Amino acid sequence: MNRMVLIVSLCLAVGLTSCTPPSDTTTTTEQGQLTGGTIKIGLNAELTGSIPVVGQSCRDAAEFAVKQIDDAGGIEVGGARVMVELITEDNEDKAEAAAAVAQKLTTSGVLAMIGPNASRNAVPAAEVAESAHIPMISPWSTAPRLTMDARSGAAKQYVFRAAFTDDFQGVVAANFAVQHLQTKRPAVLYDVSSEYNKGIAEVYRTTLQEKGIAVVAFESYTSGDKDFSAQLTKIAQTGADSLFLPNYYSEVPLQVKQARRLGYEGAILGSDSWGSEELLKLAGDDCEGLFFTTHYAADTATPAAKEFIAAYQATYGSVPDDVAALTYDSMGLLFSAVQAAGSVEREAVRNALATISDYEGVTGTMQFQGTGDPIKSAVVIQIKDGKFTFFQTAQP
Amino acid sequence: MAFFLQQLLNALQVGSVYALIALGYTMVYGVLTMINFAHGDIFMVGSYLAFFASGLLLAYFGQAPPLVIFAGVIVVSMLGTSLLAVLIERAAYKPLRNAPRMSAVITALGIGLLLENAFVAIPAIGPAPRTLGELLPATQLSIGGVTVSSLQLVIIGVAVLTMLALDVTVRKTMVGIAMRAISWDHSIVPLMGVPVDKVISLTFASGAAVAAIGGTLYGMAYTIDPYMGIRIGWWAFISAVVGGIGSIRGAMLGGFLLAFVEIFTPVVLKSSSYRDMIAFSLLLVLLVFRPTGILGRTVSQKV
Repeated sequence: MNRMVLIVSLCLAVGLTSCTPPSDTTTTTEQGQLTGGTIKIGLNAELTGSIPVVGQSCRDAAEFAVKQIDDAGGIEVGGARVMVELITEDNEDKAEAAAAVAQKLTTSGVLAMIGPNASRNAVPAAEVAESAHIPMISPWSTAPRLTMDARSGAAKQYVFRAAFTDDFQGVVAANFAVQHLQTKRPAVLYDVSSEYNKGIAEVYRTTLQEKGIAVVAFESYTSGDKDFSAQLTKIAQTGADSLFLPNYYSEVPLQVKQARRLGYEGAILGSDSWGSEELLKLAGDDCEGLFFTTHYAADTATPAAKEFIAAYQATYGSVPDDVAALTYDSMGLLFSAVQAAGSVEREAVRNALATISDYEGVTGTMQFQGTGDPIKSAVVIQIKDGKFTFFQTAQP
Repeated sequence: MAFFLQQLLNALQVGSVYALIALGYTMVYGVLTMINFAHGDIFMVGSYLAFFASGLLLAYFGQAPPLVIFAGVIVVSMLGTSLLAVLIERAAYKPLRNAPRMSAVITALGIGLLLENAFVAIPAIGPAPRTLGELLPATQLSIGGVTVSSLQLVIIGVAVLTMLALDVTVRKTMVGIAMRAISWDHSIVPLMGVPVDKVISLTFASGAAVAAIGGTLYGMAYTIDPYMGIRIGWWAFISAVVGGIGSIRGAMLGGFLLAFVEIFTPVVLKSSSYRDMIAFSLLLVLLVFRPTGILGRTVSQKV
C-alpha cells in the first residue's frame, strides 16, 4: 500500500500545483453557458480496492438514474430540456486518488459530483469540491465531518449527502443494543485507520456511557488486517455479552467467524457497511440472526421504492443494495435541485439543494435544513435465512 | 493462564504464515543480495492458484478423501507459483544481474504492482474477496478453556514440516550446498563448476513453493484478494530482516517473533490502536543493537 500512496500523492501534488487557479472551464459552467443542452455529472466511485461491490452498485445505480431521466426526455430547466451525461472515474478506494479524481472532474467541467462513498475517500474529495465551489453529494458517507469545515466547524456550503450521519447511526445502534439486546457488557472492535468505523464506534461508546453502561472492551485493528484473534480473545475474556462491529462487509465475516471460534457466544450487531450481498456469500451460516442498522430495507419499501427496485432488478438482475438506493436518491436530489433552480449554474443548483424540503426518495423522505445532512429515518435489519430482513424503523 | 495459552496459539498461527513467506525473501537475498519485493504478490498468486485448484478438484474429484484434495491443491499451487517465480526471474531479474542492485529492486516493485493490478483487471478474479472454504473437515476442541481448531493445528503443523524440510534441503543436499556456496562467494563458485543460473532459478522456485504452501494455508483460514500480498509481504520482509536477512533459521525465528509482538502488544496495552506503532518501535530498537538481525552474520566489506 505504501508505495501506491507515495506514487498517488506525488501525482496529486503535481495535479494540484497545475490546477490551483480556477480554470476557464469552471467559469464557463458557472455562467451557465453550456453547449448542446447537456449537463455533465461526475461520478467518483470505489470501483477497485477493498470495497469494489460498493463502487459497482454506485455506478450501476447512477447509470440507471441517468438512463431513466434521459429516456424521459431529460430534465426541464426553465422551459428547456437538458440531457444528462455521466462521467465515471475510479478512485481506487484511496483517499489521495479520490481527491485527485475530484480535481479532474472539476476541471472537466461537470455541474456536480456524486460520490465518493466511503468516508475515508469522501472527506478529502469534499475539500476539493468545497474549494472549487462544485456541488457534491456523497451517497453513502456517514462521517459527520464530511459536511463540516475542519477549521471553523461551520457547515460546508457545497457538500451534501444522501445518508444519515454516524452520530445518528451510532445512537440507533446503541439504543437497539440496550433495548433489544439488553446488553450489560458491550464490546466494540473497529478499524482505527478508517474514518467511518472510528467515528461510529466512538458515538456508540459515548451513547452507551450516557445511559450508564460502560463499554468493557474497545479494541481496534488497521485496514488490511485479517487476523483479529488477539483482540477477539481479549473481548471473549472480558465476558462481553454484545459485540458491535461497525466494519466493512469484506471483513465482518472473518471477524464473526474468528469470534465464534475463540469462544465468544454473545450477540453481534453492525452498521450500514454490512449491507452488501457479498457479506452473505462470504459468511455462509455464520451471520445468521445478526442485526445491523442501515438506510433502507428492500422488503418494506414504499411505492416509490418498489417501482425503483423492480426496474433496477429488471436491468441488472439483482436487488439494489443500500449504496444503489442511496446513489439513486443522490441523483434524484440533484435532478430535482436542477429543476427547482431553473438553471445549470453550480451556485444556483447548490442553493436549490440546500433548501429541498420534502424529497420522496427510495430510502425515505429527506429534507435539508441549511446543512448538507439530510433529516431522515433509519432501519434495523436482521439476517434471516440468508437474507436481509426488515426488523424495525428508528426515527431521528 | 488459559488466556495466555490462547494468545500463544493465535501467535503461532499468524507466525507460521509470516515465517513461510519470510523464507522466500531471505533465500533470494542469500544468493543474489537482492530484495525481491514481488514476493508478497507471489504469495498472493499462490493463494489464488489454490483457490482455483480447489474449485476444479472438488468439481471433478469430489468423492476423493479430503486429505487427497488438500494435498492436490497444495501441489498444484506450488508448481504453478514456482513456475511463475522462475519466469519472473528469467524475464525480469536475470537481465539486470550485473546492473546496480537498485534497478533490480525497482523492477521487483514493478512486478509486484503488475501482478496486483493484473489480478484486479482479470474478470474471473477481480477485486472482490474470496474464501477457499474448508478443504479439510473442521472440528474444534476446548482444552481447559483454550479453543484449538483442527485448521489451526494443520496450519502450524504443515508450516513446521515445510520449514524442517527446507532446512534439511539447504543443509544436506547438493543443491542446498550450492545455494549456500553462492551466497558465501558468488564470484568463485562458477569456477568450481556450479551451474549458477540453475541454482538461482531453483532458489526462486523453492522460495515460491514455500510461499504457495503459505498461501494455501492462509486462504483456508482467511479471505484472499489481489492486494493481500502487500501487508503480509511487508510483515514477512520485516520478519526476514529482524531474523537476519540471508539466514534461513533467522527468517523462521523472525516470522514467529513478529507474530508474537503483533499478538501480544494489544494484550499488554489497554487499547489496540497503537499496536503497529509499538510493534515497529520495538523492532527498530532491536535493529539498533543488532543491525544484521538476530541470526544474521556480520558483513565485512573487502576493499
